[in-house]
Amino acid sequence: MANPPEQAAPNGAEIHIEVEDLSKVFGPDPQSIVPLLREGVSKDDILARTGHTVGLRDISLRVERGETFVVMGLSGSGKSTLVRCLNRLIEPTTGSVRLDGEDVLALGPRALRDMRRHKMGMVFQRFGLLPHRTVLANVTFGLRVQGVSRPERRERASAWIERVGLAGYEQALPRELSGGMQQRVGLARALCTNPEVLLMDEAFSALDPLIRREMQGELVRLQQELSKTIVFITHDLDEALRLGDRVAVLKDGFVVQVGTPVEIVTRPADDYVRAFVENVDRTRVLRARDALKFAPPGAAVAATGAARGRIDASATLGEALALIADLGGPVTVVGRKERLLGVLDETTALKAVTERPEVATGERA
Amino acid sequence: MPPFLTQPFPEAWRIPLRGWTNDGVSWLVATYGDVFRGITDTVLLLLVRVERGLAAMPWWLVVLLVALLVWHASGRRIWPAVTLSGLLVLVGTFGLWSEMMTTLAIMLIATLFTIVLGIPIGIAMARSDRLKTVLRPLLDGMQTMPSFVYLVPVVMFFGLGNVAAIIATFVYAVPPIIRLTDLGLRLVDAEVLEAAQAFGASERQTLAWVRLPLALPTIMAGVNQTIMMALAMVVLASMIGARGLGQEVLRGLQRGNVGLGLEAGLAIVFVAIVMDRITAGYSRRWDPTVKGR
Repeated sequence: MANPPEQAAPNGAEIHIEVEDLSKVFGPDPQSIVPLLREGVSKDDILARTGHTVGLRDISLRVERGETFVVMGLSGSGKSTLVRCLNRLIEPTTGSVRLDGEDVLALGPRALRDMRRHKMGMVFQRFGLLPHRTVLANVTFGLRVQGVSRPERRERASAWIERVGLAGYEQALPRELSGGMQQRVGLARALCTNPEVLLMDEAFSALDPLIRREMQGELVRLQQELSKTIVFITHDLDEALRLGDRVAVLKDGFVVQVGTPVEIVTRPADDYVRAFVENVDRTRVLRARDALKFAPPGAAVAATGAARGRIDASATLGEALALIADLGGPVTVVGRKERLLGVLDETTALKAVTERPEVATGERA
Repeated sequence: MPPFLTQPFPEAWRIPLRGWTNDGVSWLVATYGDVFRGITDTVLLLLVRVERGLAAMPWWLVVLLVALLVWHASGRRIWPAVTLSGLLVLVGTFGLWSEMMTTLAIMLIATLFTIVLGIPIGIAMARSDRLKTVLRPLLDGMQTMPSFVYLVPVVMFFGLGNVAAIIATFVYAVPPIIRLTDLGLRLVDAEVLEAAQAFGASERQTLAWVRLPLALPTIMAGVNQTIMMALAMVVLASMIGARGLGQEVLRGLQRGNVGLGLEAGLAIVFVAIVMDRITAGYSRRWDPTVKGR
């Protein structure tokens, strides 16, 4: 099959994973349901009429190289099915998945194995570690599958074990480790084969809240060094907003909205997303630069003289508010190379925090 | 009402299964006699070697080896090793040492056969639901069919003696290991299997590195049950000419020698306890979900 021409995302970034019109139907004869999907028969009707469950429906997504792409949805939204369609742990019913332009669904068994061995690593919710093998053996699993020699396996694994903070635990068994440490093993195992893509299926959902935050921080830190393409599945909005460069919201097998965390929070595509983001702590998600958009028109220039301090545009709204409170007056927001972006005063900042998000129109993904 | 409803079971409906079976067995014996003789000779050769090996070992070495095995299986505990090897010494004091060695040899060979054939069948059964549907009633039949039913044809095929006993024991004892191999493989954590798949493991790699190791405790439980069932066959097997402890029990029965019967019976129980502790110990030791090995 001929590869399509190189496609570029609107901002010029390179598309790494492209999912097009992907549907997944569970049941005895999924192909027979495809015409119904085309006709637009609803999920409930299909279930009632044919006993088939529609897991995913007409999913189209483009994941850019090096970004962390979060797929968020409640249980039953199809997010775990979606991530498994990417490496074909689950076979999609229709549609296409392309990795670097290569049709993943057209791969034969051997080529598929090769892709899984070399190009995609995966991290699982309940870790999926071999309970009878040591940390070292678990981390080297992918390399062993590839047929890499034992000394080389050890060498490469040691580096990753150290990098995820497990040095000294090489000979421990998984059950001797805490949940957070077990998931570090899972992460090291996925990274050890040096894949371009990391699939993370609810990777931190089984962890305690504190450990979860710690692991999120760890992932952000690692990602700054590694720049992998990460597809991260979660049901936790805070996690999605914290980790994602972009977030796709899934509902009943549909993509409801795709956007940056700020877009999701400030311009939810529909009532469903709006209900989701309503209680989000916006002081942590929004940046100083985003808050400027809430200023009344023309106010920025007029207030420049009153500014008492300055804050970086990428600082969170919470930090900006703290500074405004400390100084007792507005602050200037500066971007790269100290470029003045605007002035943020108390009223505008508070408006950014409290304003109920409008449901955007015409922005559906 | 049609007449056949009012009368006793219609004679005309008779299926001559017994005739077919008898003819079939005779035909098999006549046609494949050489094959059966070949199997008999091979098994006999193996048995004689094992028996001679056991007989050649000084008694204290056997006791020591069993003690070591129990010690290792029980997680390096001294007491089980001492008490269980003590039981073997007790059998010696009954004057039944060589009979015990004979029984042990028959048992080991029968168990070896069940493992060598049972585990691959179990693996195949775990992979194919269709095969499982076919095999299940067969296994049920093997376990519930009264042993006397197949003792006779087994003798016709393999002659009287230890070999026929081993074959009959195999038929009776192989179902649990097949079943538990299948069960163990099917119970392996789906997420671990998914992980293996996600890293591109081939089916063979998954079987060798993930499925079998994780199913091992269950498979060992199957070995344990198989051995226990094989021991339950010891006396029955002596009726078709197997020597060893079963023969002594039978002799005690035939001569009204209650004491001899008890001694030989106790000896069988002791062997069973020792075998059970060893295999159950390994089943537990190899279980990754049990803490502290």
